[in-house]
Amino acid sequence: MKISRKEVDHVSRLARLSLTEDEAGKMTDQLDKILEYVEKLSELDTKDVQPTSHVIPMSNVWREDAARPSLPREEALANAPDTDGEFFRVPKIIE
Amino acid sequence: MNAGAKYEAVIGLEVHAQLLTESKNFCACANRFGAPPNTQTCPVCLGLPGALPVLNRKAVEYIAKTGLAFHSKIAPESRFARKNYFYPDLPKGYQISQYESPVCEGGRVEIVVDGDVRTVTLHRIHLEEDAGKNIHEGSADTSRVDLNRSGVPLMEIVSEPEIRTPEEAVAYLKKIRSTLRCLNVCDGNMEEGSLRCDANVSIRPAGSDALGTKAEIKNVNSFRFVKQAIAYEIERQIAVVEGGGRVVQETRLFDSARGVTVSMRSKEEAHDYRYFPEPDLVPLVLERAQVEAWARELPELPDATRERFAREYGLSEYDAAFLSEERAAADYFEETVRLSGQPKTAANWIMGDLTRFLNEAGGEIAASPVTPERLAEMLKLIADGTISGKIAKTIFEEMFKSGKDAAIVVKEKGLVQVSDAGEIERVIEQVMADNPNELAAYRGGKEKLFGFFVGQVMKKSGGKANPAKVNEILKAKLQPPTDSQ
Repeated sequence: MKISRKEVDHVSRLARLSLTEDEAGKMTDQLDKILEYVEKLSELDTKDVQPTSHVIPMSNVWREDAARPSLPREEALANAPDTDGEFFRVPKIIE
Repeated sequence: MNAGAKYEAVIGLEVHAQLLTESKNFCACANRFGAPPNTQTCPVCLGLPGALPVLNRKAVEYIAKTGLAFHSKIAPESRFARKNYFYPDLPKGYQISQYESPVCEGGRVEIVVDGDVRTVTLHRIHLEEDAGKNIHEGSADTSRVDLNRSGVPLMEIVSEPEIRTPEEAVAYLKKIRSTLRCLNVCDGNMEEGSLRCDANVSIRPAGSDALGTKAEIKNVNSFRFVKQAIAYEIERQIAVVEGGGRVVQETRLFDSARGVTVSMRSKEEAHDYRYFPEPDLVPLVLERAQVEAWARELPELPDATRERFAREYGLSEYDAAFLSEERAAADYFEETVRLSGQPKTAANWIMGDLTRFLNEAGGEIAASPVTPERLAEMLKLIADGTISGKIAKTIFEEMFKSGKDAAIVVKEKGLVQVSDAGEIERVIEQVMADNPNELAAYRGGKEKLFGFFVGQVMKKSGGKANPAKVNEILKAKLQPPTDSQ
């Protein structure tokens, strides 16, 4: 096994997903197969290859520091599941 | 031996500084504090699908200049990474930050504690973005989110765990703040959160090299709280260990109302951030010529100003440090010196009365009603004997309140110093006549009463008599009349 049930539980908790017993079992099997497939890559000898973070040979795509108008608030809040017209509203965050 | 002396604290600080750019780090929304909620957002900082970040060049310049000021190595190439976690103030589900290759590596910060200069090594400085703001008050079952701050450029300055005491932590934070303000890359406003500090604290047996288990104290947002929170945490950990327990690694929050740190259990599992390279941003390459050009643009930094003030003006280490901490105060001092030619007196007035009145009025030195020109003029009036140093206190206060010139206040209040010997003699004779018992006692050998006579004469003259002249004439007058007379 490339991934344990415990790891699946951990990752699903980090992703704020609540999985049923069945789903967690199914995810463990599927993730295991995916990881096994990707594992093939480690058969390659990459001793002399620099780690790649980007495949496009490009650097410094940046912009000058100038502010432009933002979205009107109604538009910014338009897709929110809940709002009071000023703020996004979410279930109470308990510390 | 008390428990405290058996242990030493190991403290590392993470300082987050919002950069003073016009726009956000990865989009063109305004970077401005205090706007109505959710009026400074766009698809990028709302984390809408398909929106792509574009790096703000000014933010890069600001972090590079900060690194240069702290003697960091500016990486020829650095990269951005995604730090993944779920929280309502982070709409993308990740924060764009830097992981393996930050813009600045290493560096050092000089601090002065109890007159000793110490160096704290920096681990790194990296560029990232701020999250939005959660508001918990107002409702029992909902929290509200304002995303104006989402995407604001943020620089994280990470020290090595080389700080040993709460006092050193405060000195370190003050030096970071004054340097950032001098560079004009961050306003340093801890109340509004543009400068924030987390402290990693652990303890170990004194003299040991091992590192103990640390607790991370979040968001200690004033110099006073930094000192209190760290001092409390050190005591707490010593008590745990002395009690036979073990310190656990955890995130704690400083409760400023009670002066204690409390565990934040909810954060415990969140430390698995699963960093990976940010595919939407290409590597950042800084050419040497560019970095050298930025280095030439650096202003004189507080350390250099402090050394120059001590050397050029003969100020004490304490005075030089005080006046060099803020650029505005340093400029005010130098302008006053240029106009008056009296560095030490100028330093005393600025650090004393001016600072006190500014604190009381809540004003900035750059906008002081007593300008360097007015202070210099007053110093000249003291130097040429027109007014006494004592009366000057009254005059200064009036200048501060009215914004008038020293000469005008002196004229209006009739506070010109009296140096005329005849006039002072008349006052002295009156005082002697009014206090025959004290006079007899003084002449009988009770010389301590001299101070009493000086006080009476000054009082009678309304504080206007020239104190040096008073001393001189009084001494002669108080002598018993000799037989030859």
